[in-house]
Amino acid sequence: MKVVGRAIPHESAREHVTGRALYTDDLWPRYPQALHAWPVQAPHAHARILRLETAPAYGVPGVVRVLTRADVPGKNDSGLKGDEPLFPSEVMYHGQAVCWVLGESEEAARLGAEQVVVEYEPLPAILSLAEAIAQGSFQGARLQARRGEVAQALRESPRVLEGELELGGQEHFYLETQASLALLDETDNLLVHASTQHPSETQEIVAQVLGWPRHRVVVQCLRMGGGFGGKEVQANPYAAVAALGAYLTRRPVRVRLNRLQDITLTGKRHPFFARWKVGYSEEGLVQALWMELYADGGWSLDLSEAVLARAVCHVDNAYYIPNLEVVGRVCKTHKTSQTAFRGFGGPQGMVFIEEVMSRVAASLGLPPEEVRARNLYGVRPSAPGRPPLDCRITHYGQEVKDAERLPLIWQELLQMADFAARRAEIARFNAQNPHRKRGMAITPVKFGISFNLTAFNQAGAWVLVYQDGSVQVNHGGTEMGQGLHTKVMQIAAQALGVPLGAIRIMPTRTDKVPNTSATAASTGADLNGAAVRAACEKIKARLAEVAAQRFGVHPADVVFEEGQVYSLWRPEERLGFAEVVRAAYAQRVPLFADGFYRTPGLHWDKGRMWGKPFHYYAFGAAVSEVEVDGFTGQYRLLRVDILHDVGDSLSPLVDLGQVEGGFIQGLGWLTLEDLRWDAKGQVATRSASTYKLPSFAELPPVFHVRLLPRASEPGVVYGSKAVGEPPLMLAISVREALRDAIAAFGPGGVVELASPATPEAVYWAIERVRQQAPVSGD
Amino acid sequence: MGEISFTLNGQSVRVDGVDPHLSLLAWLRQQGLTGSKEGCAEGECGACAVLLLQPDGVGARFEAVNSCLLPLPCLAGREVWTVEGLGRPEALHPVQEAMLQGGSQCGYCTPGFVVSLAAEYYRKGREGFDLEALSGNLCRCTGYRPIRDAALSLGAPPPQDPLAQRLEAPVAPPGPLAYESPQGCFYRPTSLAELLARLAQHPQARLLAGGTDWGVEVNQRFARAGVLLDLSQVPELQGLVWREDYLEVGAALPLSELERRLAGRVPLLAAWFPLFASRLIRNRATLGGNLATASPIGDGPPVLLALGAQVVLVSLAGERVVPLEQFFQGYRQTVLAPGEVIKAVRIPLPLAPLARFYKVAKRPLDDISTVAAAFALHLEEGRVAAIRIGLGGVAPTPVRAYKTEAFLQGKPWEPRTVRAAAELVRGEFKPIDDHRGSAAYRSAMLASLLHKFYTETQEVAV
Repeated sequence: MKVVGRAIPHESAREHVTGRALYTDDLWPRYPQALHAWPVQAPHAHARILRLETAPAYGVPGVVRVLTRADVPGKNDSGLKGDEPLFPSEVMYHGQAVCWVLGESEEAARLGAEQVVVEYEPLPAILSLAEAIAQGSFQGARLQARRGEVAQALRESPRVLEGELELGGQEHFYLETQASLALLDETDNLLVHASTQHPSETQEIVAQVLGWPRHRVVVQCLRMGGGFGGKEVQANPYAAVAALGAYLTRRPVRVRLNRLQDITLTGKRHPFFARWKVGYSEEGLVQALWMELYADGGWSLDLSEAVLARAVCHVDNAYYIPNLEVVGRVCKTHKTSQTAFRGFGGPQGMVFIEEVMSRVAASLGLPPEEVRARNLYGVRPSAPGRPPLDCRITHYGQEVKDAERLPLIWQELLQMADFAARRAEIARFNAQNPHRKRGMAITPVKFGISFNLTAFNQAGAWVLVYQDGSVQVNHGGTEMGQGLHTKVMQIAAQALGVPLGAIRIMPTRTDKVPNTSATAASTGADLNGAAVRAACEKIKARLAEVAAQRFGVHPADVVFEEGQVYSLWRPEERLGFAEVVRAAYAQRVPLFADGFYRTPGLHWDKGRMWGKPFHYYAFGAAVSEVEVDGFTGQYRLLRVDILHDVGDSLSPLVDLGQVEGGFIQGLGWLTLEDLRWDAKGQVATRSASTYKLPSFAELPPVFHVRLLPRASEPGVVYGSKAVGEPPLMLAISVREALRDAIAAFGPGGVVELASPATPEAVYWAIERVRQQAPVSGD
Repeated sequence: MGEISFTLNGQSVRVDGVDPHLSLLAWLRQQGLTGSKEGCAEGECGACAVLLLQPDGVGARFEAVNSCLLPLPCLAGREVWTVEGLGRPEALHPVQEAMLQGGSQCGYCTPGFVVSLAAEYYRKGREGFDLEALSGNLCRCTGYRPIRDAALSLGAPPPQDPLAQRLEAPVAPPGPLAYESPQGCFYRPTSLAELLARLAQHPQARLLAGGTDWGVEVNQRFARAGVLLDLSQVPELQGLVWREDYLEVGAALPLSELERRLAGRVPLLAAWFPLFASRLIRNRATLGGNLATASPIGDGPPVLLALGAQVVLVSLAGERVVPLEQFFQGYRQTVLAPGEVIKAVRIPLPLAPLARFYKVAKRPLDDISTVAAAFALHLEEGRVAAIRIGLGGVAPTPVRAYKTEAFLQGKPWEPRTVRAAAELVRGEFKPIDDHRGSAAYRSAMLASLLHKFYTETQEVAV
């Protein structure tokens, strides 16, 4: 029986449910000498620091050290682009940490921080996308992707529409805030425990700040209490502060942000603004699209260019648009440095095109699901006597492999969701209820898998087999709840032919596998799983030779299965895995191996935005139904049906969890997660009481999720597909369902709906729709 | 001087020399019991949930509470169970076992869910599983479906279950406490006389009933008090008495307890409870506390204003009864004099036949109101015989819509009247813009909720 593909619980589930699973900030009670850190946060969005006086802090009992710019032995920068000073001389956003106080207790450090005197000269601040665009405040390159003759095609289109939309950001709100614990080890080098998605880069930044070679720094990530992209680069400054503190005081230093600090200090999903112009036929076929994207990058460049690139590559979503031009800029504002967040710009690009599709449908009086279906990638019938149109090439030159899965998923999902019958039922409901209206929508997802930056698409592994047949697996990926370690454990057990219990996944450490990529872009299992498999196959090949001698057969005829080894010739004659391992040891055969993987076939011309940036695409679609209260704009999600393509699932329980969880997180972004900054540039929604995540109440009573069957993806480990990010965008169906319900309060037509679609936004949308209604009684 | 002794996971513990502002959560984690997590430090996420044993007639029951909001001295004389006390990886508790099938992803919120699940699992007389028990727990990974399935899969505890057996044995109510330290003193009186004497001695003392608001002040705004007075063991503040013309609710009676004991007999409150914070908070929070904090966006006042409630205040000088409308003096200000506490809330009887509570918020569960409105209406032959409209979120204090009420008085309850009244109530207040909602939306809601109320009264009639 195959181990890969089995629905098993998360590999740490037993530790999770008992509270035994350790996270970075659970470690400090083991170090009674540990110091606690507290930041001094600036009360201005933009200001010059005129004076910083730390002496008064030392008057507070328990204050041990105040870390400032002068203490940095290496480079005072916590990023790789040179624009993120760890200790700034110019405050670039409200709440930025200007220095850090270390104390015997958190309380002492906090009280010390209150005593630090900082004198500021406030400077003008740019606090919105509109201001940044108006003032030309940009950072990074201008991105442009183009295929076809957009201007001409717009002129020739029978119908043209223009529009614009602004999308709000999203706070990651990983339940575990940023945390690090740094200590000098027995050799006077640094061990840094960090809640980071990218231990290698954390190592690099710590070494950069200390001015050390990287080999003096080991970073370990046990696991994270959620990451979602928020710990891809933004864990690094806090690890660097802990490391600097440990180096200077020779005591363990703990940096752990409380929720308020985390929300005010760290970056979020990028707010976006788009303007667009679309040309289309009377049948709703989109012929030309021009779109301009602006991403609010905040105070530093961070990953914003890459986020924008992914947005540019996803404004087509699942639709073939023959003439398409997208240009994009990253705006520089005096806000937190916006960063990676599940989907990484893809969701924003896709919301924009779905907005366009719904406008196109409304302008033609066609059902939106019809217009969407007509525009899907794939092969389309054309005029009589002409060959069918091949509509599989994206606006950046990549062929959408397996594009026919999109219409297939679409049709199957319409059946599965009983779409047509429910449409009629909703119409009946709406006719009978003046104050409550229901709405439903289906939207597709096509999401490119691979890092846009080709070099990141590599991974390493290091597998050790001990003489008793037990196995340690090291790889470069980090566990943040997504089930990577569970999948890797299944892959290793499958590849070596041992039971799951023989495999131990080691904590991610930079001294086991060097130069790793971030666990991001949904690629964790594709890359690390393939590297682990490669290492296991090496060891297995060596063991097969040993076993082949014993069986007197060719090594290719040796089978490893669930801890037993046998030959195809005499399956009844079996050796235990450990027996073969011991025999190999006796013959001086190495029982450990590295593995490496690089995604094949990728190429990308960054300047022209042309090539093949993605190994393949993940597909899916969702149907959502909502009910809206016309008095308040409040609403309920009634039912959701999802059909999603994960290839041959490595671990169905894990994949199901990614689809469901991603959907609900996307729903949060598009409906209730209303991230606000006030007039001073301070994050106004900086706590769990003001920033609302989806709760139990948002879970739809009916929630059907199916994984697409017979979907093997050749060229990916065990035929699987990545699943981390794509399902988030299935939630666009909720936004479109709300729009459908809102329309039912009026005569139909265009529905202007802000994002997030909070009850207030829905209420105003209903009011606008009502005003379109003809006055009755005339 | 003094020490805090309590029972933790079945073992006796004695603590001294700690700051009385230290939370149970922080203390647990310092001890290496790191299963309980801090996700928000304001009682919103539930990752820190623990079980408190609560006397329950002959035996006891478990109540899940937020340990981040509990000052450690509150534990004195009590019995608490953390996630570590429920089971081990090699010997899981049934609720832990149920969570294995996808109930955890990153695992950080999981111990809190396990604790909330356990509290409901052990509820005596439980039929099925009340998902309301999980209203105070947030998960960022799973989307909740597997947690819901885990909850719904739970059977009854087997009779030999040690914790179920523990609930059959009596629990002594916690006794008095006088804990004094350089960082502050914590007193727990066990009679009203003792409370008032302490309060006379320390007029600036901070009063805690459930402490769910104070805990937030301590954690988020670093509030500190020289003297803390725990009201939870004063029997005179814990009553629930039905008189002929009013119902009297002890100011320090936890809302969950009130909910259980009212058993739906005040329909407006029955509809209101599930919208008030979460189960974890309601296990500690009280009516008295919700009134005394005098937040303009608290959800207690609108309902109590609509019910025509009065508050009974008591001090060494004696008792006085104040209509709730007069209790609020300004933003976060009340008529409470130094040395005075809220003893009880009186709800006049009979109740208005038609009453509704509406909460407009971004999230239906565990959110703070953008606008809250409660309506209580008495119709006689189709005319308004009496109406009270209690509102939150539209003024610096909770308010009644007097002008609108007066306008409606005696008028026929019909669309034309309601339309005019809706325009009136829309203009009666000048709400503000903030991150919860715009002033325009709040004003619109004033009118809209009256329409909604009218519509629902018609549905009742039909």
